[in-house]
Amino acid sequence: MGFTESFTRPWRLTADRVLAAVFVAVGLLFLVDLFWGLLISGSISFSRLGSLAWDGLMRGLVIGLAGIGLSMTYSILNFANFSHGDYITSGAFAGWATTYLLAGLGRADVGSLLLVGAGGSVLGGALDIGVTTTPVAVTAGIVVAGVATVILALVLDRVVYEPIRSESGITLLITSIGVAFALRYLIQFVFGSDVRGTTAAGSIPQLQLYFVDGAVRIDAHDITLLAVTVGLMLGVHVLLQTTKLGKAMRAMSDDEDLARITGIPTERVVRATWIIGGGLTGVSGYVFVLWKGTLGFNDGWLLLLLIFAAVILGGIGSIYGAIAGGLIIGVTASVSVLWIPSAFSRAAAFVVMIVILLVRPQGLFSGRSTA
Amino acid sequence: MSTADSARQLWEADATKILVVLVAIYATYLLSGLVLGYSLRGQLNSIASLTFYIGVFATLALALNLHWGYTGLFNIGVVGFMAVGIYVMAFVSKPLYGSGGAAQIGGLGLPIPVGILAGMVAAALLGFVVALPALRLRADYLAIVTIAMSEIVRFTFLSSTFQQFQVPHTLAGDWTRVGFGGGSGLILDFPDPLLALIDVLGLSTVYDGLVGLVGTVVPNNPDPIVHSLVYGLVLLGVVAGYFWLLKRTGESPFGRVLKAIREDEDVARALGKNTGRFKIASFMLGCALMGLVGILWLMGQGAVTPNFFRPRLTFFVWIALIIGGAGSNTGSVAGGAIFAAVLYQGPLYFQNLVTSVFQPGDAPGSFGPAVAPLVANLDPVPFLLYTLDSVRQLQLVVMGVVLIWLMHNRPEGMLGHRKETAAAIPLVGRSERSERTDADAVGTDPTPTGDASGGERDE
Repeated sequence: MGFTESFTRPWRLTADRVLAAVFVAVGLLFLVDLFWGLLISGSISFSRLGSLAWDGLMRGLVIGLAGIGLSMTYSILNFANFSHGDYITSGAFAGWATTYLLAGLGRADVGSLLLVGAGGSVLGGALDIGVTTTPVAVTAGIVVAGVATVILALVLDRVVYEPIRSESGITLLITSIGVAFALRYLIQFVFGSDVRGTTAAGSIPQLQLYFVDGAVRIDAHDITLLAVTVGLMLGVHVLLQTTKLGKAMRAMSDDEDLARITGIPTERVVRATWIIGGGLTGVSGYVFVLWKGTLGFNDGWLLLLLIFAAVILGGIGSIYGAIAGGLIIGVTASVSVLWIPSAFSRAAAFVVMIVILLVRPQGLFSGRSTA
Repeated sequence: MSTADSARQLWEADATKILVVLVAIYATYLLSGLVLGYSLRGQLNSIASLTFYIGVFATLALALNLHWGYTGLFNIGVVGFMAVGIYVMAFVSKPLYGSGGAAQIGGLGLPIPVGILAGMVAAALLGFVVALPALRLRADYLAIVTIAMSEIVRFTFLSSTFQQFQVPHTLAGDWTRVGFGGGSGLILDFPDPLLALIDVLGLSTVYDGLVGLVGTVVPNNPDPIVHSLVYGLVLLGVVAGYFWLLKRTGESPFGRVLKAIREDEDVARALGKNTGRFKIASFMLGCALMGLVGILWLMGQGAVTPNFFRPRLTFFVWIALIIGGAGSNTGSVAGGAIFAAVLYQGPLYFQNLVTSVFQPGDAPGSFGPAVAPLVANLDPVPFLLYTLDSVRQLQLVVMGVVLIWLMHNRPEGMLGHRKETAAAIPLVGRSERSERTDADAVGTDPTPTGDASGGERDE
């Protein structure tokens, strides 16, 4: 944070503490209510809470994985990328076109498969798509989703962002809104506006985990999502901790000019940022669709604000912050339905973000930028 | 003084620029309609809807210019304030439940002006609530907070929780059924606001005369055409009112502080200005104006649904402002007009024209059948038909590309000049000006030469 934020009047500090105390008190109240409901009144069953928390964990992992890319570009290129959500959608469509093609080759014509069954020409359920029924198609889809998004991110960087690299963050932000519009509605133009079912919902193997007073259902796609996202997160962690690239990124997000003087090839670091961020984003889009079983041209955009919330919550530039923020946002959005109508679950996530901005604008993991 | 000089002086006047833009737009619309043999009714209708959209986008761009152009507050939650404006207005002004009509939900049954005022106040109050935390944040954080807020507003009006509820409406404690209608929307069943306004002004006979006059050229049901044309004119009047208000605001001491905040908040604070209070006031005023546009946009449409207020509408306003140039009121109006005519209505108008002139057959339902003939036997017709049919999506792609192009090549827009001399009097004498142009070109001033005298026209 800049100079102005650190230079605040003393009364403001005490006001901040009061505010923080109020928010902590409200948070504790929710916790107490939760325990009361669980243990004493029994109005909330453990299995319901478990199911909601599991659902939130899945959502949070997707948000966290996609958030790593957003957080990296935010800290290294210094702008909030509003087209990030549509990178997710692009990755999902690229990956699912591949999956449809491999799963349905010979059973439907290639064009409809490549268009992911636009206009209802092929149904994902009819192709029996699932991680256990068509493992090769799903694996190939994950890889293609990542690679395609990397290519998209690099091309867009070259064409759109590189010429205005030195402009202010706001200029880049507005530009990224333009990119978001163009991408989203091109996708709609090509793939249509209908939300299609992608997986054979009935034939996914399920596991009933008994949790105190009932069952929490976990299916194969949950496990896939868990394995893929956690694996990639660990991979990024190792990459950034053990290679020079991670160090160069940290240097760049601290001070770009200084980094360049020190001999860090900044453009190459930027490219690496897009490659890592884009790849993770594309894969997160694919596994998100695999997990929820539907695909529409608006999916990424709808996820974007939650990802922003996660990244700001965790502290811009920190990948661990993005992951932790994603989990908090995901679980908040899912578990909040215990208290408020489900129409407001996304609103609850936004409120958490605004509260964090008020109390700790630098985020939870600040000072530990990029890995 | 040569004619070129006087022409340049005329061009310098704000009204001339706006007028030229408007005349060009209308002439293009009328001419292309005429050339392609559009019916008179179609012409009048397209002019009326064009005027309507010019009106709403120009007013929205003006209000946003107060936020971004003057104060430097990056607000991308415009739709949230518009939604609060019209919903609160409907809440206050809809007739009581059970007073006849098909509406399942009533309102408080107060007069429309009270409703409009309540809507604006509510939007301003929401602005206050958003501005409080946002004041302390960087511009990009404010952006995310405002867009999140606008989504929260939309979810609130969408949710079934507030679909209908009871409130007391008399001091005696009678309760009445009110609400926001949820996802299925709210029927705005108050009397037509335009006709009511005309009645109050005592212009009913003039209006009826106008209907009769148009009836001589469009015999079949001229009333809706006249209604929408007159409403468009009223909106243009509102644009003029906004323009005047914001120009006055900008030139006042209050406005000068706002610009100081935009340029460097620390300096403004060092000069003893309570910048927080100024930012809140500016934000609230802009929000109230946005609320009013929300009301004006939807009040005459008969119904309102929450999903009208998707974030993309906010970005439309941003594109309008950036086309015109942030920081310039004249630019905001011109940008709103150009956005409405070229990017918003233009593609649809083009689609209508092509459809009515060439009478093409049915377009393929999706991309696959559209491309297959092109690949198989180089038959482009289905693809062109599909493209024409998808104009609504493609126009958004075009808007995105235009936005990128503008940020690359002309981020200051058509008329934006965000660096101004702060002095209230002209720093350059009129006789000196022609000599000064050479000196300016050398590069003492980063602004274009035409704006070197910006101090005297301090928008």
